[in-house]
Amino acid sequence: MGTVSAREAGIEAQHLRVTYRGFVAVADTSLRVDAGQSFGIVGESGAGKSTVLRALCGLAPVSSGTVCLVEKSAGETSNSRAPLPLPGTKPFRRLVQMVFQDPYGSLHPRQTVDRILAEPLAIHAIEDAETRIRRALDEVGLGTSFRFRYPHQLSGGQRQRIAVARALILEPQILLLDEPTSSLDASVQAEVLNLLEELRRRHGLTFIMVSHDLAVVTHMCERLMVMQRGETVELLTSADLAANRASHDYTRNLMEASTGFRRASTA
Amino acid sequence: MSLEASPSPAPMLVVDDLRVSFPNRDGGRTEAVRGVSFTLGRERLGIVGESGSGKTQTGRAILGLTAPEGRVSARRLAFNDVDLLHCTPRQRRELRGGRIAMVLQDPKFSLNPVMCIGDQIVETLRAHTRLAAREARARAIAALRSVQIDNPERVYKLYPHEVSGGMGQRAMIAMMLIANPDLLIADEPTSALDVTVQLQVLAVLDALVVRRGMGLIFVSHDLRLVSSFCDRILVMYAGRVVEEVSARGLAEARHPYTRGLLNCLPKLGANRHPLPTLDRRPEWAL
Repeated sequence: MGTVSAREAGIEAQHLRVTYRGFVAVADTSLRVDAGQSFGIVGESGAGKSTVLRALCGLAPVSSGTVCLVEKSAGETSNSRAPLPLPGTKPFRRLVQMVFQDPYGSLHPRQTVDRILAEPLAIHAIEDAETRIRRALDEVGLGTSFRFRYPHQLSGGQRQRIAVARALILEPQILLLDEPTSSLDASVQAEVLNLLEELRRRHGLTFIMVSHDLAVVTHMCERLMVMQRGETVELLTSADLAANRASHDYTRNLMEASTGFRRASTA
Repeated sequence: MSLEASPSPAPMLVVDDLRVSFPNRDGGRTEAVRGVSFTLGRERLGIVGESGSGKTQTGRAILGLTAPEGRVSARRLAFNDVDLLHCTPRQRRELRGGRIAMVLQDPKFSLNPVMCIGDQIVETLRAHTRLAAREARARAIAALRSVQIDNPERVYKLYPHEVSGGMGQRAMIAMMLIANPDLLIADEPTSALDVTVQLQVLAVLDALVVRRGMGLIFVSHDLRLVSSFCDRILVMYAGRVVEEVSARGLAEARHPYTRGLLNCLPKLGANRHPLPTLDRRPEWAL
């Protein structure tokens, strides 16, 4: 284990604003996720939820606001330890890893699983690639027989497992999950969600998960944020949501939508 | 004609022992659909199953869109009085898009990217009816309006990459419905969409199906969604129909696969960790 990755860290964003050529994708979002917590972001497409994730890991142009890592216990900032890495630095990127939405689009089609997993190790100059790749494949439940396959030789669920392995191989503390199961079947979705929960428990990971499916987010996360058109609509706990204690109309609309189709004029 | 769900005495579509197979690498053939039988009247039928269960191939075989290397056989495959297995390619072409239409999963991939949306709708229309260009254009705009697109004149001129997923899917539904088909096959029409947009698209589809008294085959992997939308559900596993349930009787479904599919979805307010997963048993595939 590297010295950096042994630290448990949470992440905090303050007054985050992201614009693309004048278009405000995220207006003013603040959130704090302590180490080991799991936090969800929901909203419809275009709400800015993926942009928040991308801003957190440095993939989106942040025009104002700050992102920083936070220690496990917020009260004591012991001087004996080195400060947590700053955004934009290599150690930060190692600690904060992302799993993307579409397993069909996020893996290099001309690279074998082995090469996909070896690349982050090479970037971060981590030795011992052989055992790490084997271990990463084991952890996501695939085994080494998948090591020299190409993405097109894998099913959607297997691909998403590779994407999770690619993120985990760097031993991150914070995992950003952008709709990790929305392109998967219901039965495969259950398997991938279970895998993510298991990994989180085993490694004490911090999760931030984006989804448009309220049921998935409340299943995975303790707290969640509802976004609409780049604005934060509401922050609430999953228990509140499940008990129908959402205060905002938009959240209630989302809840209603997740119960399925209702014929307006069946009377 | 009755618009309600009761299957009429002479069904519109008869599928009896449908089989679709594809060559595999070992030189043999893999059967993707293995003896599917059902009949369809003017009703909403859902076909549910996970990927690889043969639900899409069933829909494609009905439309005659099976890939060239695939082989389709059946004891009977008939649409009204047309024998779909033995009709000429010309007859097939007239049916396809004209009387049987199909809405595909993802508008990003199934619309022509280099043709504006309106022209694509006009193309469908003029393939099946002889119309002057101006009238075709007016009909296309009316079709876009009928799927609740607010500014159809503007959307007519847009290219598929310029519209959102929900808008693209509505445009595709408009395109499929413009020739007034009797049967619509919707293959995962809302899987690529957000929950809220999903419901809007379904509402549009539902209104059109009811108003025109069409038959609808709704293919999806989302059992809950299908049960809220359809009258009857076929559950497919490994190329076979393992169970047929009425949408209301879903809670009483008996097959372990159907129950597994229902169970593995996370539910609001239910605290189940880990989620139950499907424990696929080889005897289901027999």
